[in-house]
Amino acid sequence: MAHHVLKMPTSEAAVRALRVNDTVTLEGTLFGIRDATQIALFDRGRATRLDLRGHAAIHTAPNVRKVDPSPRNPTGYEPVCVGTTTSARMERFTVPLLEQLGARLIVGKGGLGPGSLDAFARLGGAYLAIIGGTAALETTWIDAIEDVDLDDLNPESLWKFAIRGFGPLLVAMDTHGGSLYAAVDTAARARRANTLAKLGVK
Amino acid sequence: MRIDLEQVEDVARELYVRALKILPPDVKAGLDRLTATETDATAKQVLATMVTNIRVAEDTENLLCQDTGIPIYNVTLGSGLEVDGAALKRAIRRGCERATREHPLRSSVVHPITRVNEHTSCGPGVPPIHIDFSDEPGKLTVEMIPKGSGSENNSWLRMAIPAEGVDAIKTFVVDCVLDAGGKTCPPTIVGVGIGGTSDLCVALAKKAATRPLGTSCPDPEGARLEAALTEAVNGLGVGPQGLGGDSTAFAVHVEIAATHITMNPVAVNMQCHSARRASAVISAAGVKYGF
Repeated sequence: MAHHVLKMPTSEAAVRALRVNDTVTLEGTLFGIRDATQIALFDRGRATRLDLRGHAAIHTAPNVRKVDPSPRNPTGYEPVCVGTTTSARMERFTVPLLEQLGARLIVGKGGLGPGSLDAFARLGGAYLAIIGGTAALETTWIDAIEDVDLDDLNPESLWKFAIRGFGPLLVAMDTHGGSLYAAVDTAARARRANTLAKLGVK
Repeated sequence: MRIDLEQVEDVARELYVRALKILPPDVKAGLDRLTATETDATAKQVLATMVTNIRVAEDTENLLCQDTGIPIYNVTLGSGLEVDGAALKRAIRRGCERATREHPLRSSVVHPITRVNEHTSCGPGVPPIHIDFSDEPGKLTVEMIPKGSGSENNSWLRMAIPAEGVDAIKTFVVDCVLDAGGKTCPPTIVGVGIGGTSDLCVALAKKAATRPLGTSCPDPEGARLEAALTEAVNGLGVGPQGLGGDSTAFAVHVEIAATHITMNPVAVNMQCHSARRASAVISAAGVKYGF
């Protein structure tokens, strides 16, 4: 259960060194993506000028405030509240996110499925669990919004955040076939019959 | 008493922001209670982070969660009030739009087919505004619930049949909690609607999921089911965020309605750990905010 500080972008070797139950703190850059972003990129063939190779992408659509563009807020957006959404809806985008855009890490909540787990092993990626619903805390780890693309999809634009001490995040799915979600799900379903019996279900 | 619609608009605006920033005391106490009994080390850490987040949100006057949800307003009109109902609904909608624009808040509301976001948190039929009546003289109560999608996407209805009995209800609730896993941001309030028509059954599940912790179903049979199901789902080991542990649900809440002789409907709607709500009472004495 090691702790890793990863300066982004990171390498395949660094990601393959991660094991479930390790913790990670990200430094430097984090990209924000969501349902509409990935529908646009992967289903509708839109391109982005942003380079995600070796980077981490968080499943998010932030609350932002429009401000005058400045060196601190070059996009004219200031972060208000940046949190995390349920990852499972975006399961089928894991492969193109890693394969086409070259992302290495996905930050999200609730976990991803077997297809993503296979992709992590094959392509060298991992899933870092953040605590859903703790956006006020996460916002304190965001320095600024550095860039934004596909902004017609706002708030589901492709965001580039400058981050500092983003974590600790829990490695919940790794390149070695480990998934905390699968393990918990299997154990919980194994308790189903006994649970129903105790409720008097015949 | 004549209701001042400008006041209602201001209240609708204020309630949306308050609900997003200040967690009700019963939910905070619920997290403390789960923290005290949780035995899993990871789960304890997850719960501690949730508690820290509540403090950070209050200290920084920020939103607890990024999900501004679908805004829901529940209005209860007491006796002796003079109000134009249609204008009241328009005032609430204006207040909701103003909160979104003025704070600003992320509008999480889109057209269901075009997916166009008007950036107002409003759209056809949204915010849902439910109107009810009470015998309390001179009081208008507005409750605001920002219902997040992580929990709302995990909603189910099953039109079971009488031959399946209460076993169908119990089995359904357990299976819904298993299927939800970590997607609903557990620990949750599991809202269960039993009986009614299909639409009433789903509405009861929502009412149950958004009821304050510590309250119980007014029907004794419903209350007994609440206790049994709360213990059962917390024995499954799903845990906070679906990462394992004892704290899968704060509670299972049940609401019931009579149903047809041929029907046995059950619905489940969940509320996430950030079980946000805010309320205000408007009377001759002014506005009093609470939860």
